[in-house]
Amino acid sequence: MQSAAAPSHHKSGTGKGHLLEKVMKLLFLIAACFSIIAVLLICFFLFANGIPAMGEIGLFKFLSGVNWRPGNNIYGILPMILGSIYVTAGALVIGVPIGLLTAVFLARFCPKGIYRIVKPAVSLMAGIPSVVYGFFGMCVVVPMIRPLAEKFQGDSYSMLTASILLGLMILPTIVEVTESSLRAVPESYYEASLALGATHERSVYCAVFPAAKSGIMAGIVLGVGRAIGETMAVIMIAGNQPRVPDSIFDGVRTLTANIVIEMGYASGLHRQALIATGVVLFVFILILNVCFSLLKHRSEKQS
Amino acid sequence: MEQTVISVNAINRTSTAQKMKNYSRHPGSLLVFILTVLAAVITVGALAALIIWVLIKGIPNLTPDMFSLTYTTDNQSMLPAMINTVQMVLVALVIAVPFGIGSAIYLVEYAKKGNRLVTIIRLTTETLSGIPSIIYGLFGYLCFNVAIKMGYSILSGGLTLAIMILPLVMRTTEEALLAVPDSYREGSFGLGAGKCRTIFKLVLPSAVPGILSGVILSIGRIVGETAALIFTAGTVGDIAAGLTSSGRTLAVHMYLLANEGLYINKAYAVAVVLLVLVLLLNGVSGLIAGKLKKG
Repeated sequence: MQSAAAPSHHKSGTGKGHLLEKVMKLLFLIAACFSIIAVLLICFFLFANGIPAMGEIGLFKFLSGVNWRPGNNIYGILPMILGSIYVTAGALVIGVPIGLLTAVFLARFCPKGIYRIVKPAVSLMAGIPSVVYGFFGMCVVVPMIRPLAEKFQGDSYSMLTASILLGLMILPTIVEVTESSLRAVPESYYEASLALGATHERSVYCAVFPAAKSGIMAGIVLGVGRAIGETMAVIMIAGNQPRVPDSIFDGVRTLTANIVIEMGYASGLHRQALIATGVVLFVFILILNVCFSLLKHRSEKQS
Repeated sequence: MEQTVISVNAINRTSTAQKMKNYSRHPGSLLVFILTVLAAVITVGALAALIIWVLIKGIPNLTPDMFSLTYTTDNQSMLPAMINTVQMVLVALVIAVPFGIGSAIYLVEYAKKGNRLVTIIRLTTETLSGIPSIIYGLFGYLCFNVAIKMGYSILSGGLTLAIMILPLVMRTTEEALLAVPDSYREGSFGLGAGKCRTIFKLVLPSAVPGILSGVILSIGRIVGETAALIFTAGTVGDIAAGLTSSGRTLAVHMYLLANEGLYINKAYAVAVVLLVLVLLLNGVSGLIAGKLKKG
């Protein structure tokens, strides 16, 4: 009786079954809108709390001031902006070549047995907490840099240390995105190049690699986002002096570090200035996100 | 057909001697080959160095007083932090999992292609997954701690983390749902079941392993999170008495130990526990995902 009735419910659109369908669809829709609400809330709270401080300090003064002296009510975050950019650039110098080559190895050079070890290792790297990386940097990388830093009369808690560690931390991001975009390149590219007499290496690097360009760029942009947003590891090893660094052996403070270090005891305009620091970081990240999705769409179109 | 595939492979296979001869003719290729392998060795070597270093330095420091139920400035026990971590994971999952799964179901089962709402949802999810944890921490502090007046609490931290892991839960669930063959749905509709029934009785049960592997991955992220928690859940070292009281998780505990500089040995011990937890979670998640692919 009931089994015969069910399809007719479905068709005629009356009764309890249909109501349930509608209610569930609505519930799923509400769940789906949750991420939109979350992004709107994050934007609202950050901007509402940060922008007044920018107005009070003066947007230009805030962004281009080289002095950060909360005690004297001087708030310039240029050292932190530069610190973030320098450290990220350093991380790219180290992370991008190693990451790209590792991805090529995984996609084109790796025997199956080794792949089963290297691939999980890379995804494990992405899962290791940043405090553990920071602690590793503090206890292993810093002492390694120390003799070199002393030679150049700099600090071992420096831009160089932070760059090395961040380069390591963005590896999994770059490797994973690059590998999947290399795998998306049609096999015929590689085969045609081999048939023309090129070696395996030449075919991979001159035919397959350029074809995956957009995807690889997307991976690098994602890596930039990771590096610029990294907080705990950087605090533990970068020295955190709020001044514009002169050499790679100078300590730096990044935007992220600025927030965590002083938020605990800040109040009034100082606190608002820290939130405004967060707003600047947030805007950086939003720009990077837009770049990332543009590149991703382009690479999807190509393949 | 299979015969030809095998023979083609046989033609492509080169012996080591042939390879060597090739490389001697193309030294550039040899150089590139060496660089590629070297990069992979560096990547895996760095990870191995980190793991071995943590284990060697940390295991001797795993003393019984690190596992005492009460936290004092003297013993710096990590057991309270572990219990707080469990509380935090539960709060975050209770919120993120239903929303994440519901959201994925809407995107896969209900939404029509080219729907503008879907584009916006995808855009915002991508944005969420790109936001660094310190921004989440700042937001959680401003929204939950200050505006809603929760103060430093497990609940505030859990809510913040729930938003943070939402994109991960959504994406893995979506992939799991997409992997369920359409014939299941067609068969169910053909037998007269409604959409809702099809989803709950057929599609979701077959997607469980994929969803589970995503959930376990997000547990790993919660366990390792620090920056989003310092200003939302606070840094109290004792077991949080309830959802409204403050408590530090394991990762926050480790950050504080390492940064104060007085308890480096204890920080090593916490590092071992954190690392083993993350290794286990990653392994289990990978195992479930691997089974899914085979089945």
